[in-house]
Amino acid sequence: MTTAASVNEGTGNSGDAEGSPVSDSPYALSHLDALESEAVHIFREVAGEFERPVILFSGGKDSIVMLHLALKAFAPAPVPFALLHVDTGHNFPEVIEYRDRVVAEHGLRLHVASVQDYIDRGVLRERPDGTRNPLQTLPLTEKIQAERFDAVFGGGRRDEEKARAKERVFSLRDEFSQWDPRRQRPELWQLYNGRHAPGEHVRVFPLSNWTELDVWQYIARESIALPEIYFAHERDVFKRSGMWLTAGDWGGPKDGEDVVRRQVRYRTVGDMSCTGAVDSDATTLAAVITEIAASRLTERGATRADDKLSEAAMEDRKREGYF
Amino acid sequence: MTSTIDTAAGELAGLSATTLLRFATAGSVDDGKSTLVGRLLHDSKSVLADQLEAVEHASRSRGAEGPDLALLTDGLRAEREQGITIDVAYRYFATPRRRFILADTPGHVQYTRNMVTGASTADLAVVLVDARNGVIEQTRRHAAVAALLRVPHVVLAVNKMDLVAYEEKVFAKIAEEFTAYAGELGVPEITAIPISALAGDNVVEPSSNMDWYGGPTVLEHLETVPVSHDLTSCHARLPVQYVIRPQTAEHPDYRGYAGQIAAGTFRVGESVTVLPSGRTSKVAGIDLLGKPVDVAWTPQSVTVLLEDDIDVSRGDLLVPSSDTPSTSQDIAATVCHVADTPLVVGQRVLLKHTTRTVKAIVKQIPSRLTLDDLSQHPNPGQLVANDIGRVLVRTAEPLALDAYADSRRTGSFLLIDPADGTTLAAGMAGEAFAKAEDAHGAPADDEGWDF
Repeated sequence: MTTAASVNEGTGNSGDAEGSPVSDSPYALSHLDALESEAVHIFREVAGEFERPVILFSGGKDSIVMLHLALKAFAPAPVPFALLHVDTGHNFPEVIEYRDRVVAEHGLRLHVASVQDYIDRGVLRERPDGTRNPLQTLPLTEKIQAERFDAVFGGGRRDEEKARAKERVFSLRDEFSQWDPRRQRPELWQLYNGRHAPGEHVRVFPLSNWTELDVWQYIARESIALPEIYFAHERDVFKRSGMWLTAGDWGGPKDGEDVVRRQVRYRTVGDMSCTGAVDSDATTLAAVITEIAASRLTERGATRADDKLSEAAMEDRKREGYF
Repeated sequence: MTSTIDTAAGELAGLSATTLLRFATAGSVDDGKSTLVGRLLHDSKSVLADQLEAVEHASRSRGAEGPDLALLTDGLRAEREQGITIDVAYRYFATPRRRFILADTPGHVQYTRNMVTGASTADLAVVLVDARNGVIEQTRRHAAVAALLRVPHVVLAVNKMDLVAYEEKVFAKIAEEFTAYAGELGVPEITAIPISALAGDNVVEPSSNMDWYGGPTVLEHLETVPVSHDLTSCHARLPVQYVIRPQTAEHPDYRGYAGQIAAGTFRVGESVTVLPSGRTSKVAGIDLLGKPVDVAWTPQSVTVLLEDDIDVSRGDLLVPSSDTPSTSQDIAATVCHVADTPLVVGQRVLLKHTTRTVKAIVKQIPSRLTLDDLSQHPNPGQLVANDIGRVLVRTAEPLALDAYADSRRTGSFLLIDPADGTTLAAGMAGEAFAKAEDAHGAPADDEGWDF
């Protein structure tokens, strides 16, 4: 064991047995180190096997963690992928600022697929409920086709939702971006099969095995900066379907919905029309983690109107080509 | 027991490290597998209010009285409508001691394919049996898959003990029979636990109905089983994934070989050989995701710098010069066929081994194995979905394969259809099962399946 002890020393590896309640081999990685290593392996596999990969970047915490992992995976060389933002037109301004800052800081190339353009051109029509989440699929698919992206990284996690629990790390999509659960390849060991026909692409999920708490613990460990809306702040909101939505020109509030000023934070970041804020006084990372660890609701249950539509809402959207 | 969430909250300040255990469950709905999984999630407080509400709602609409915990593990609408599970589903939960990734494999259709998939990354497999039925054909099949995939730890959960009056005799007989069988197959460690998933006995909380049992509950065992071991005696293997060459003003000459260490440990100063070329050099530095380190080990993702400027690219394998595997174009292996179309003798395929994909041809299929009784069927001509068999494959280029028994990661491979990219088969190089002598010091019974 003396060898092992000296092994840990000097690596700064956070998997040190010290303080861990399980007396495991000193070679056992901490859960964050294991998840990080797995995600980096996935990024490098894609870099090694695909021609034109792209990272879906929403400015949400999961895509921010993905970018952080990609930066680490290829350092000191630059990330060999561009970013793609599907812009619903209902964005939080703080998130767009964050996106542009990150792109400039790391000298990245940013592609934008704009839902608003599709609405302006009359290709897509606004839904009666004002939600633009389901409208993202077509601009995303056409951008993938036009740019001939062959691997598209998404921040989806299997702990988020039932249909995602069955998602592969490498998920094959046809030329319409459709997901067919019965056509997915079994994934064995760490051998990812990314072969695809021309016109098809592969969605890749490096955070498949992460939970919401892992993501937050990793953000804290790595001191990753986030858009301010993830932390408690005063905001004008109104209640719809049991969630606090931000008032704005996207279409809320409607008659009978009162705007109130509350201290809230966002637990997920998406389209403003269907992403709810939660009451919170967590102004720091540590406070956010404490709050999440104690929460009795799942991330999507607390904040996503679109998943409340039906038991199989995500399954249906995934089949159509959603992230 | 302290609740998961309180401790998770308490841990975050110091971000104290917990380890990760990947495990798989095997068994059918009839054995109470979904109930066991639901119980583990529920009793470890990993089920949140909105999920429980959804389950309660679904249970009520199906006429059940209480929440049916099996519904927690339901996935797709197609499955709910047909009452089946079509695929491996991954579940996540945590206790103060560990983070868990559970590969929940269905017992009905495609069971072999799914269980092989789930077991391929598992450190531990839970095999369920119904205490009333004991070890049945299906149990033997599950034990065989765990043995074949070299899952290091196997738990036999003897479920529905409440239906056999919590009788020690019943449990002991089943445990003995299973341990003998799995031991013959070379399963290195077997832990038998009497449980009632429905009543909650020995799943998370110790049972008050079985005083005669002094061992751990299922969760206690999952929390304490070792997830790693002393790696110094293992073969060290680093498949190169990607060559990092910034070619920037700041790093004009940096050339790093990026990869996830597949086995063992690597040290700075060590002499290494690049396979298949056979060129040699020394490790000049190891970069652990931005941190220079003197030593790194599996499964860390690293970037290795070499002293000499030699030709290394994706698909190459770095190994210690003192411990090089032999390279060969002829591979004898056991495969599990996972595709809907059969695998036939003479078929041209792609073989993916670590980070290298090469052309290959199926030269022979010497035998097919029936998992239920381990009987062997010579020269079947083809393998169909869920078949397990021996194959001889000839590759277009030499590969440095280890025996799967020595190294799960560098002894495994995929066979891929070059036409449409379908994954055809999962392969394991070398002998199928560990020799019983290795595990128990006694010769195996002659079962007639010596491959």
